Amino acid sequence: MTITTQHAHTHPIDMHAVLLHRRETVKEQNETCIKIEKLNLYYGQKQALQDVSMDIPKRKVTAYIGPSGCGKSTLLRSINRMNDLIDNVSIVGKIMLDGINIYDKSVNVAALRRRVGMVFQKPNPFPKTIYENVAYGLRIQGINDKRILDETIENALRSAALWDEMKDRLNDNALSISGGQQQRLVIARAIAIEPEVLLLDEPASALDPISTLKIEELINALKEKYTIVIVTHNMQQAARVSDYTAFMYMGDLIEMGPTSELFTNPKKKQTEDYITGRYG
Amino acid sequence: MIKSWFKSGSPWIWINAAGVSTSLIMVITVLGLIAFRGGSHFWPAEIVQLSYQDEDQGLQTIIGERVDMSVTPAKIAKISGFKMADDEHELVRYLIKIGNRDITGHDFRWIQARHIKDEQFPTDLVTIERREWGNFYGRIRGIKENGNVIAQGEAAWPVIQARLERASDLFAQIRRIEKSDIGAINYGLERLRLRERKLKLENRWDEEAAQKLAEEKKTFDIEFQQYQTSLVGLYQQIRRDSLLAETDSGRQVDISLAKVVRLFKPNDMNFFQKMGHYFVKVHEFITDEPREANTEGGIFPAIFGTVIMVLMMSVIVTPFGVVAAVYLREYAKQGFITRLIRVAVNNLAGVPSIVYGVFGLGFFVYIMGGKIDELFYPEAAPAPVFGTPGLLWASITLALLTLPVVIVSTEEGLTRIPRSIREGSLALGATKFETLWLTVLPMASPAMMTGLILAVARAAGEVAPLMLVGVVKMAPTLPLDGNFPFLHLDRKFMHLGFHIYDVGFQSPNVDAARPLVYATALLLVIVVLALNLTAIIIRNNLREKYRALEE
Repeated sequence: MTITTQHAHTHPIDMHAVLLHRRETVKEQNETCIKIEKLNLYYGQKQALQDVSMDIPKRKVTAYIGPSGCGKSTLLRSINRMNDLIDNVSIVGKIMLDGINIYDKSVNVAALRRRVGMVFQKPNPFPKTIYENVAYGLRIQGINDKRILDETIENALRSAALWDEMKDRLNDNALSISGGQQQRLVIARAIAIEPEVLLLDEPASALDPISTLKIEELINALKEKYTIVIVTHNMQQAARVSDYTAFMYMGDLIEMGPTSELFTNPKKKQTEDYITGRYG
Repeated sequence: MIKSWFKSGSPWIWINAAGVSTSLIMVITVLGLIAFRGGSHFWPAEIVQLSYQDEDQGLQTIIGERVDMSVTPAKIAKISGFKMADDEHELVRYLIKIGNRDITGHDFRWIQARHIKDEQFPTDLVTIERREWGNFYGRIRGIKENGNVIAQGEAAWPVIQARLERASDLFAQIRRIEKSDIGAINYGLERLRLRERKLKLENRWDEEAAQKLAEEKKTFDIEFQQYQTSLVGLYQQIRRDSLLAETDSGRQVDISLAKVVRLFKPNDMNFFQKMGHYFVKVHEFITDEPREANTEGGIFPAIFGTVIMVLMMSVIVTPFGVVAAVYLREYAKQGFITRLIRVAVNNLAGVPSIVYGVFGLGFFVYIMGGKIDELFYPEAAPAPVFGTPGLLWASITLALLTLPVVIVSTEEGLTRIPRSIREGSLALGATKFETLWLTVLPMASPAMMTGLILAVARAAGEVAPLMLVGVVKMAPTLPLDGNFPFLHLDRKFMHLGFHIYDVGFQSPNVDAARPLVYATALLLVIVVLALNLTAIIIRNNLREKYRALEE
């Protein structure tokens, strides 16, 4: 796999240039990967998502933006059923992945999560070696052949642009590397098991600007192969990395569209208010 | 002024500091006292020779070790029946260990300082440590072979040393044959007897079986005869030499070298010789078996029993505690019932330990052990195998006693594993079980070790319940030996804590045993410390490995 960095050399603030560039790429496509249909989610009595429906296109980056508490993380975590872990959550509605409702009783949650990987806000490497961190998902699938592991781990680390930094310290504890490296390691760990979808929950919010830039380059490179959904509270970031953007507010999906259109020509007043910084 | 001083917080700091220093001083005092009293027991004491004349008897010579001293005011001494002169303000008395119990009938004697006419430390006085009757104090006059004197006076000394070594070798041989070789034969014969009974009970006893058993019995008998003959020879050899010794009253006695552990002239030893003697004695104390109703010799069986019991307890309590904690924390639905269970577990830790002992005896020993005997050892009846206190039941009882601490600390450890780590594992397609097994439990292992450390500390020091479920004053065999199945869970064992109580307060010769109480206590502290230290080192290694929690 090669790493394409051409998208990422734009200046972070130069949003207009980014959007112009996006406008061309967005038109062609549109295969749907995940179809969310009238999803309602409740934490106990409190409703966190209301009738959310959207199509997430295949091999594109879809960004969720919105003010804190608007439900964007909750929506993201619904896609690989991470919300199941929380007590008192009830979900009504459907999320279709390849024509199958992932909330169907017959669905094996562990198998689903193998197909829908996730990276969290704070880097969460396991207290094991770098090698074992990446090997974790593979070992769970029963892959213990040294040759296969070595190869897959190298590929995953290369894809996460981490191989050159890490190849000599694969046996170091993963906690000994920097936060930015840890986050890329976690991404490598997620893509080592070759999921179809990658969910990123504010992956750069705990990182410094340079690490953030690296993660963004990585996202750009990864979308060739994976469907990516990213939650971010940073609108510039959404503009820089995503092909589609969904704006959420108070548990409602307000508007979703190609990123360039949403940022330059929002259809809803609320969206416009938010992206121009009137609230949020 | 005072008010601002109070406001400044200084008094508060002083109170805190005082609290800390008080506890520190108390710990140091405890350790210092037992270390000093226990440690000094092995130092070769000087032997004093006194010329003594009291009201009732004429001038006599007393030889012995000065052990203790007491000062009584004259008034009280008078009431107690001592004749005091008017100008005497106090009565000073010394406790002398005079030894020679076989001759005088007692080891210790109180004497009054005012009656001592003369005090000397002659270098030719010897202490003879014997296997029976305690120490002998006096002088060596010569050495006999088969009753004939072969060396006398100073010239006898090197001869004695050489022959003592020979006698010690012989004694070791005799003991090895008696304990392990003949012990193994007895063990084998007992198993044969049980097999015979079993076959008879099952109605499978026929000519063939009888012949087979008889053959095996015959090999044992032949072996036994061989050992018996060599024993007779060894006994004859060891009885060859004897010492000609003289007591303080001038009486001459024969002491067989077979009965001598060691002899030395403490007044003639320099510091380094005493040092050497000290370490020999400490070594004996740690590695040897007790003699003379536990008041002499070593305490190895007690150390061994304590350690193996604690290890067994750890092996039992850790998996149980961890599994229970995992269920409570990870699987059970949190609510009223789990809260209730937690309260119950915490209260279990507060139940007096003797109650566990009673429970262990009533339930484990009598009910479970009785059932096991009934089902698996019918041939041994009416003698119980597991239906009597023993190592297994003691370990299980203590495991039950320490279960709460393990559960509580493991639960705490599990709670402290960050949610993000669990989610990270689940997001990679791991099931809850895989997440627990591969990530959460290893990360919680330092907490489990903390629980185990607390459990070990408590179990190693516990005595009361053990007295009911397996500890004895004197166990003839260790729970671990060379006879199949090597670890004998049904055997009774000795324990340092109980040993302290037994030696100090149940022994026929309390004065002689008192220093041993301190020495044993010191050793118990050291054993507990060593066990804990091992666990702490393991825990720190684990902590280092799973450092994620610190963030």
